[in-house]
Amino acid sequence: MTQPQPTARHTIAVLVDNEPGILARVVGLFSGRGYNIESLTVSETDAHAHLSRITIVTTGTPMVIEQIKAQLDRLVPVHKVCDLTLGGPAVERELALVKVAATGEKRVESLRIADIFRARAVDSTIKSFVFEVTGSTDKINAFIALMEPLGLVEVSRTGVVAIARGGQGL
Amino acid sequence: MASSPATTAPATTEQSGAELLLKALVDQGVEVIFGYPGGAVLPIYDAIFGQNALRHILVRQEGGAVHAAEGYARSTGKVGVVLVTSGPGATNAVTGLTDALMDSIPIVCLTGQVPTHLIGNDAFQEADTTGITRPCTKHNYLVKDVKDLARVVHEAFHVAKSGRPGPVVIDLPKDVLFAKGPYTPADEVKHKSYNPRRTPDAAAVAKAVEMMAQAKRPLFYTGGGVINSGPEASELLTKLVRATGFPCTSTLMGLGAVPASDPLFLGMLGMHGMYEANWAMHDCDLMIAVGARFDDRVTGRLTAFAPHSKKIQIDIDPSSINKNVRVDLPIVGDCGETLAEMLRLWKGKKPKSDGKALAAWWKQIEEWKKRDCLRYEQSSTIIKPQYALQRLQALTKGHDTYITTEVGQHQMWAAQFLKFDKPNHWMTSGGLGTMGYGLPAAMGVQIAHPDALVIDVAGEASILMNIQELSTIAQYRLPVKVLILNNQYMGMVRQWQELLHGGRYSESYMDSLPDFVKLAESFHCVGLRATKPSEVDDVLKEMIKVKKPVMVDMIVDQKENCFPMIPSGAAHNEMLLGPADNQGSGPKDKPISEEGMVLV
Repeated sequence: MTQPQPTARHTIAVLVDNEPGILARVVGLFSGRGYNIESLTVSETDAHAHLSRITIVTTGTPMVIEQIKAQLDRLVPVHKVCDLTLGGPAVERELALVKVAATGEKRVESLRIADIFRARAVDSTIKSFVFEVTGSTDKINAFIALMEPLGLVEVSRTGVVAIARGGQGL
Repeated sequence: MASSPATTAPATTEQSGAELLLKALVDQGVEVIFGYPGGAVLPIYDAIFGQNALRHILVRQEGGAVHAAEGYARSTGKVGVVLVTSGPGATNAVTGLTDALMDSIPIVCLTGQVPTHLIGNDAFQEADTTGITRPCTKHNYLVKDVKDLARVVHEAFHVAKSGRPGPVVIDLPKDVLFAKGPYTPADEVKHKSYNPRRTPDAAAVAKAVEMMAQAKRPLFYTGGGVINSGPEASELLTKLVRATGFPCTSTLMGLGAVPASDPLFLGMLGMHGMYEANWAMHDCDLMIAVGARFDDRVTGRLTAFAPHSKKIQIDIDPSSINKNVRVDLPIVGDCGETLAEMLRLWKGKKPKSDGKALAAWWKQIEEWKKRDCLRYEQSSTIIKPQYALQRLQALTKGHDTYITTEVGQHQMWAAQFLKFDKPNHWMTSGGLGTMGYGLPAAMGVQIAHPDALVIDVAGEASILMNIQELSTIAQYRLPVKVLILNNQYMGMVRQWQELLHGGRYSESYMDSLPDFVKLAESFHCVGLRATKPSEVDDVLKEMIKVKKPVMVDMIVDQKENCFPMIPSGAAHNEMLLGPADNQGSGPKDKPISEEGMVLV
């Protein structure tokens, strides 16, 4: 109890009613109680039932992670809370759009690296590329780090979306 | 009702939003609304004008309306209902809503809103009510379509009273109140996502009973959840405590669940709790927490909290479990249902509890009781606040007495010296600590129990925070009694300044106080004053006897401090006792640690 407990990174999927203010409720819960948000994605996933799926990546001690899940589950429009990190293997993906402005050898090098990372050029001018890259957070980080010296201009990332492996739904 | 189709409006007839709202409230069993009118809610007030099913109590400030609804809810177990206008009406309600959230009190608060087409335009008396109240309510709604109105009201009552209760706001734009729409009956509304679990896991309950049978130094630690679960839960708890013979302590919020007169009850625990209760908490080997949330006022320093104990925690709210203190056996469920099952198992199994160990445990507790921790130095010239409350306790015997309090020293003394033998008779702002709570809360209690003796134990500083409600009390002829323990200081602030800040009484002296007797009289109440111990009984008797609202200005010792006390950041076995302690350890022996200073 005296020594600080180790913190861990968890990916939590939350199924909610798609109604006004729901995102504010979730985000307000995190800020009000001092929890971390490393990334957050949200979009409607079931238009018929008006359900949205929120994927939150957070860090905390086991006690804090347990609190986060219990607090989320307590929100009235929340249907389900699932800790994908604890719930067995899961696929996590992020998408990034990476703008690189370069000419000459640097421009060629950026294309070469993009190829290795299976990134696609979705926009091109004589002096720039916009690459679309998907993968784990680590892979995206690595790609961005490599683009840095080659003329990185800006990055837009989706944050993590995740889903459990296997045939079972949430 | 047997009426012909010609006179009864067919079910499909559309009504205005305001009419639908009132119909839904009546269908939810609402009898009383506490409110204050304004532009945005005029359609509702117009509908109230034309009916008799709902009684409206006109408060003098919206904050008073919420506290009154809290008092009403806590003394009846029903949902308290509030009606306020947009903008300042809603923002004035925020403190009460936060108070109800912290103390888990079921409230439905209806707020007016500017018409939908003006929302976001900074219109007159516009505030982002759902935005402002999101963190201080259990849930809130903005009704943008009259078709949703009745359903939302029914949902709001479901959310407010089920699971761990709390306040719910329904924001009602003015155009929605005028628009015509269909009614949705309550039984057609089923909440799709919010249906909290009530029935505990049977295996966990069985395990708990097994742990209880093996305990050598067990202790029940019970809280407001027992009260919220209904009077049956309090009865079941009392039966279980008696069946096991285990000692029981309670939080501030849980007082009255187990009768204070029961010898198994050790009194309140926590910062100003009983010496024996806190020591029992520290030394127990099994803690059975029932509807209690391990608040910092209860636990003291977490690293030294009940260090040798296994812990069972029963709570309907999973987020209350393992929040501050890790427990060994969590049981998610309603206190009443869980206690019933525990009692059944305990009685059925007749477990062989360790009688010898339990006797030794009780012997130890009796030793702690001998410390007589509430002892204070009596005076023949100056009224001690503790003495005033002891006399109040004695003189109210035989009455159906409900006590509310404000916040501060007087609140803690009331918790220590007044004895509650029944649930729902003690209304105090526990979690938020809202000064100004007691007077409007007493008003709400008296509305619900017109013939009961309702007393607000107050301080002279707190009472001024919602003093305007005396006018409401006069208007509805509510015979509320206000007992002001007047020490001319914000007493608890002064006490902390004495103990922690070298006696520098920065801004805690209450200068220019009103003459409370004259003030009472100007509000059509009876004003009484006592300045000497010899006057206390006569004044209190008079206060109880008069069938009118009474305000008593009890001039008490300015320097009296509230003991025992666990200083912030200290452990349960590091309590400070008062100057009258029979082992002579005055508070000055144990200075407060640096770490304790920063804690609230």
